[in-house]
Amino acid sequence: MKFAVIVFPGSNCDLDLYHAVKDELGEEVEYVWHDSPDLSGFDGVLLPGGFSYGDYLRCGAISRFSAVMEEVKKAADAGKPVLGICNGFQILTEAGLLPGALLRNKNLKFMCRTVELTVENADTMFTGEYEQGETVRIPVAHGEGNYYCDDETLAQLKANNQIVFTYNEDCNGSREGIAGITNARGNVLGMMPHPERAVHELIGGTDGLALFKSIVKQWREAHVTHA
Amino acid sequence: MKKVKIYVTLRESVLDPQGAAVQGSLHKLGYGEVVDVRIGKYMELMIKPDGRNVDTLVQEMCRKLLTNTVIEDYRYEVEEAVAQ
Repeated sequence: MKFAVIVFPGSNCDLDLYHAVKDELGEEVEYVWHDSPDLSGFDGVLLPGGFSYGDYLRCGAISRFSAVMEEVKKAADAGKPVLGICNGFQILTEAGLLPGALLRNKNLKFMCRTVELTVENADTMFTGEYEQGETVRIPVAHGEGNYYCDDETLAQLKANNQIVFTYNEDCNGSREGIAGITNARGNVLGMMPHPERAVHELIGGTDGLALFKSIVKQWREAHVTHA
Repeated sequence: MKKVKIYVTLRESVLDPQGAAVQGSLHKLGYGEVVDVRIGKYMELMIKPDGRNVDTLVQEMCRKLLTNTVIEDYRYEVEEAVAQ
């Protein structure tokens, strides 16, 4: 399976994602610059954390208009897995690929530590390798990770099982403790915690690796069954 | 030349933690009469009209990029300005 790691001006978790996929997952991966006009050769798209365009206007607001985002939309429409982590999540909401928005953390503090999450939906292409309701430990590092949506959107998220991860503590003020959601189709996941920072015991844990393994397993089952 | 002043604030339904922190500090200073503080952004755009309606342009720009209407409201003023 071949992944694209999109690099925006200001991305800073791109290397971690590249490492997670190449060295820990053992799959193909390439960096793709934000003005790339073509993602057709990739099976999955990863939007890393960081501070794209310096967050000068709003987190992710300017990246949304990068040329590559049209290609990310095409990949999402084609049913390919699209994963946005941290700033990547913010970009996906700004681009309208995921509902809601990310606000400043309720306590106004930048938060950088490992938190416990509950896997609320283990029946997605991103979470098949987790148990339903499992507690996982994944690092967070954000100042604007307070997930907001209106009541109607929240009801839709619940009705469609789009809430994938929740925090086990109220760390940033997110509605209902939401840490990660998918689109209605289930192939676009945005999450504030960083699974790519939990792929080896040396960096404090491996609970994030199953997320990447889930994507690959699901892809193999869909594409390599007749090989 | 037009000078457009745009004021962006969080929607009323959205908690403004920065505003709440500043309000708390004002109370500590003895200004208990302050019942709410909302903190927002101020932007100035200099626009050279090219025949298109300035209001239409500004509203488009606000909707597409300058604000996120999921969480923010905006208002703006248009003034005549002298080119620099």
